[in-house]
Amino acid sequence: MNKILHKKRLATDVYQMRIAAPLIASERKAGQFVIVQIDSHFGERIPLTIADADTKEGSITLIFQAVGRTTHLLAEKSVGDTVAHVLGPLGTPTHIEKFGRVICVGGGIGVAPLHPIAQAMKAAGNELIIIMGARSKELLILEEEMRKIADELVICTDDGSYGRKGLVTEPLKDFCASAPKPDLAVAIGPPVMMKFCAETTRPFAVKTMVSLNTIMVDGTGMCGGCRVTVGEETKFVCVDGPEFDGHLVDFDNMITRLQAFKPKEDAEHHRCHLEEIAEKSP
Amino acid sequence: MSHPTAEQLYTLAEQQLAALTTPLKPKDRMAIPAQEMPAQDPTLRRENMQEVALGYSEAQAKLEAERCLQCPTKPCIKGCPVGIDIPGFIQKITEGNFADAIGIIRENSLLPAVCGRVCPQETQCQAPCTVGKALKSVDKAVAIGRLERFVADWERENGLIKTPHVKPDTGKKVAIVGSGPASITVAADVRREGHSVTVFEAFHRPGGVLLYGIPEFRLPKAIVDREIEELRAMGVEVITDFVIGRTRRLTDLLKKDGYDALFVGTGAGLPKFMNIEGENLVGVFSANEYLTRANLMKGYDNRAATPIFPSRKVAVLGGGNVAMDAARCALRLGAEEVHLIYRRTEAEMPARVEEIAHAKEEGIQFHLLQNPTRILADERGWVSGMELLQYELGEPDDSGRRRPVPVKGSECEMDVDTVIVAIGNDSNPLIRQTTPGLETSKWGTLVVDETGKTSIDRVFAGGDIVLGAATVILAMGEGRRAAKAINELLARS
Repeated sequence: MNKILHKKRLATDVYQMRIAAPLIASERKAGQFVIVQIDSHFGERIPLTIADADTKEGSITLIFQAVGRTTHLLAEKSVGDTVAHVLGPLGTPTHIEKFGRVICVGGGIGVAPLHPIAQAMKAAGNELIIIMGARSKELLILEEEMRKIADELVICTDDGSYGRKGLVTEPLKDFCASAPKPDLAVAIGPPVMMKFCAETTRPFAVKTMVSLNTIMVDGTGMCGGCRVTVGEETKFVCVDGPEFDGHLVDFDNMITRLQAFKPKEDAEHHRCHLEEIAEKSP
Repeated sequence: MSHPTAEQLYTLAEQQLAALTTPLKPKDRMAIPAQEMPAQDPTLRRENMQEVALGYSEAQAKLEAERCLQCPTKPCIKGCPVGIDIPGFIQKITEGNFADAIGIIRENSLLPAVCGRVCPQETQCQAPCTVGKALKSVDKAVAIGRLERFVADWERENGLIKTPHVKPDTGKKVAIVGSGPASITVAADVRREGHSVTVFEAFHRPGGVLLYGIPEFRLPKAIVDREIEELRAMGVEVITDFVIGRTRRLTDLLKKDGYDALFVGTGAGLPKFMNIEGENLVGVFSANEYLTRANLMKGYDNRAATPIFPSRKVAVLGGGNVAMDAARCALRLGAEEVHLIYRRTEAEMPARVEEIAHAKEEGIQFHLLQNPTRILADERGWVSGMELLQYELGEPDDSGRRRPVPVKGSECEMDVDTVIVAIGNDSNPLIRQTTPGLETSKWGTLVVDETGKTSIDRVFAGGDIVLGAATVILAMGEGRRAAKAINELLARS
C-alpha cells in the first residue's frame, strides 16, 4: 500500500510524487486532499492536496514543498518506498459547472491544487484564464500543464526573472476591470496571496473561491483544529471546506492560527539541524 | 494527610482479611472497611503518563467482595446497562475463583478491563447498592467497578484470555464503520456467529475514543490494543486509514462490495464550541484536539512529531470526564496551573467521582458556578485571558439538575494562555452527508428503531452516533443490540 511510484523535483524544495492508492484515485474529485503520516508511531498527520490521479495506474499525485518536519522526511523518500499512512480523499469537492469566464490564480505551490480544478473547469466548458505566480522563475511549477488547458495564461514573478514582474493581483485586477468581467475567480496559494486576491476582486463583485490549507490532525471533523471564521460562522476546513468564499474568510485570523505551533516547531527544527551537523562532524 | 502507598493498603487488607471470622453475618459484612483504590502519589503522577489507579490486591478484592450482602433484590444488575450478574461474579471472588468470576462478566460484557476503569459505576450499578444505601453513602457501596477491573486484569496478566469460539463460516459479510467500543462489541458478537467481519477505521490505529480520547493514565493503550488483537485472533479484519463516506460510500459497501449488513459506530466526533467571542484565537482547542495530540499522537513523548501547545496557565471548560482528562493531561504536559471552569456545582458534574477526586488531588483548581463570556487576546491574536461571569443555581431544568442563572454585573477576568473547550460533541457529519436516505435527528444523530436499524435496510448503528455523547458501556449495550439484530437478519436471509 501507498508505494511511491514516481518522484520528481519540480523546483527548489518542491517535489512531485505519484503514490499507489487505487481507492483514493478512483473516488477523488478536484479540490480534495489527503492526510499523510509517514511514521506509525511518532509521525504527525498533515493535509496535502491531491494534484492529480490516474485511475488506470491506481495512483494519486501529490506535490509538496519541503518546509516542515514531515514534508522534509517525505522528500527524502525514494521510488519504491512506502508512505505509512494516506487517508482520503477528504474535503468537499470543488463545485464545478459552466460558469462562463473563469479566472484561476495560483501562487507558488498553490498551482498544484489549482491544476485539477482548472482542468475540471475547462472540461465543464468554461473559458479559462490562468494567472500563475512565483517568487522567481526557478520556483514556477506546472507551467506546461497549465499552458495546455488555458485559453489565456499570464505568468508573474516577484523578481521579474520570468513573465510579468509583479504580483498576481495586478493582472487579476486588469481582467476584472476589462469586459467581459469574469464570472468566477479561483485563487489558491499562500494565505496572504489569497487574501489580496479576494480584496482585488471584491470591488468588482467577482465571486472568488479560495482553498485553505490549515493545521489538521484527523481531517474528518473530529478535532476542530482547522477551524476558520467565514462570515459570522466558524467552519471546519476538513469537512466544510477546503474551499470557501474568499470574500467571507477572515484571513488574518487564519494566518495567525497557522502560527500556533511555529515557535515550538522552529525550535525543534533548529535542534534537528544542529544534531545533524553534530552527527556529520568528526 | 499523607498519601497511602499501595503496599500500605495491601498489607492492611491482608490483616483485615485474616481477622475475618466466618460465617459472616450481614452486620459483619457491613463492618468490613470499604477498600480504597491504591493510586500513584499525586505529587509524582502529575509528572508522568502512567496509570493512576493501581488496582486491588487479591486480599483487597476478596475483602471488598465480602462486603456484598448477596441481597435477594440485586438492584445492581438493574443498574448495569448490560445486565451483568454482579452478585454472581462477586460471590466467585469471595471463593477465590477468579476464573469463574471473569467468566460470568464475559457472558454480558466484552470489555471488562475497559469498563472496570471508565464506567460511571456510582451512577449505574453502585448507585442502588444495598450496602451503600444502608451506610447512607454511594461512596460506601460495594466497589463493583474495581472488582470487575481486578478480575479482568487477573485474567489478562495471567494470559488466560480465551479467544471466543467462532462458528463455521456462513459466507455472509458484515462491515463495521469505526473501531470504538460499540464497533468492537458488534465485531465480536457477529464474528462469533461465523460471519466474516471487516472493521474500517479512519485513524491509523484502531480503538476509537478509547485511544484518542481517554488518556494513558486512565486507560493504558496496551489494554485497548489487547482487545483489538483479540478481534483479529477471531478472524476479524481491521482496515485502518479508511474513511467511510469518502474512501468508499456507505451504500457502495452494500451494492458494490458485497457486504450483507453494515454497522455504523462512528461516534460523536464533532466538537462543540461555546460560540463566544475569541474562540478562534491561537491557544483555544477542542478537548478532542488537545487529547488526540496528547494521546493518539503521543504528544507527551519528545520523539513525537505532533506538537503540543506550550502552556503556562490553562483553563478547561466543562465538568465531564473529557474535561477532567484534558485538565490532567495539560498538567502532565507541563502547564504550571490548570483551572477547570464549570457553570454548575460539583454535584451536577457528569464526570466520574473518582476522576474529580483525582483531578483535585493533582492540583487542578476548580472554579464552579462560573462561565466564560469571551476569550481575550493579546496584540498578536493569542489567548491572554478570559472574562468569566458568576452563576447561581436556580430552578431544576428538564434534566432535573438545577439551572445555573447568571449573576448580573459579576464579570471578572482570569489570566490564561490556553483554553480547552470540553463541553461535548455533536455527531460527525461525514456519513450522513454522503449517504442519501439516511434519516437523522435534528441533532444530527442517526435515527434507529428498537433493534438498532437505521432508515436504510441492512444498515444498523449504535453508540454515540445514535446516543449523542454518552459512555463506553452504553455504546457497548447499543452494539450488543445491533449485533443481535444483524445476526438474526443474516440467519433469515
